Amino acid sequence: MAQARSNRPISPHLQIWRWGPAMLVSILHRVTGNGLAFAGLGLLLWWVGAIASGPEAYDSFLGWVWTGTGGALQFITAILGKIVFVGLTWAFFQHLASGVRHLILDIGAGYELHANARWSVVTLVFSIASTILFWAFLLLR
Amino acid sequence: MGNGTSIGRVRGLGSSHQGAHHWLLSRLTAVGNIVLIPFLLASLVLLPAYDYATVHAWAARPLSSTALILIMINTFYHARLGVQVMLEDYLHEDAGKFTAWLLVNLVPFAGAAFGILSVLRIALGGA
Repeated sequence: MAQARSNRPISPHLQIWRWGPAMLVSILHRVTGNGLAFAGLGLLLWWVGAIASGPEAYDSFLGWVWTGTGGALQFITAILGKIVFVGLTWAFFQHLASGVRHLILDIGAGYELHANARWSVVTLVFSIASTILFWAFLLLR
Repeated sequence: MGNGTSIGRVRGLGSSHQGAHHWLLSRLTAVGNIVLIPFLLASLVLLPAYDYATVHAWAARPLSSTALILIMINTFYHARLGVQVMLEDYLHEDAGKFTAWLLVNLVPFAGAAFGILSVLRIALGGA
């Protein structure tokens, strides 16, 4: 629209505001959600498609994303794969926690400044702790 | 949307009257995800090994297959709704908006169809 390109003042963006936990958690909710939607669901489809296609396809999937045993290129993608998997589990736990926070905000609770900031920080602590526990349990048991 | 009269310039720019439904479905599918994704993560973390036979046998169990198919429906729809909101915030030109509208209405359904077919093939003993 023509009006959108005029010289009218625009609303202040990220660099104007003083950062707080609620702002960070709100942005992370969008970032983690979209990361999960594109990378997470993409890998999920690759995974179930590989299982459905048989042992060779499944071993190929594992080679690209985890074991890296199929050559120099897979050696690199497997390192990236591990980073992506840890990132996706953190993204899930963060999106889960900030999503539950949104459900609570939806019923009208948790808008007082201190409570709002406190529960925002709780989602961050929860996601990091859950990610560490998840991978510690998976790798060390 | 016309360029002539003042009413012609604003016609079609109002509410689509679909916002409340979008909002509610986003919450509904979020609750579904709270059950489904922890089930998937807990199942994976409890698997004794990650070779083909073990993972295939797990996915072929009725409870696992059901959860995976529900994920293909519920989680893909939740993702579709969320990505749509993100695109609406960042795409302002008509060409980008139209392309995004096409993709966000086609790609998630194609992905879900592929996922459901794969799970059915695992569960019903193809491959």
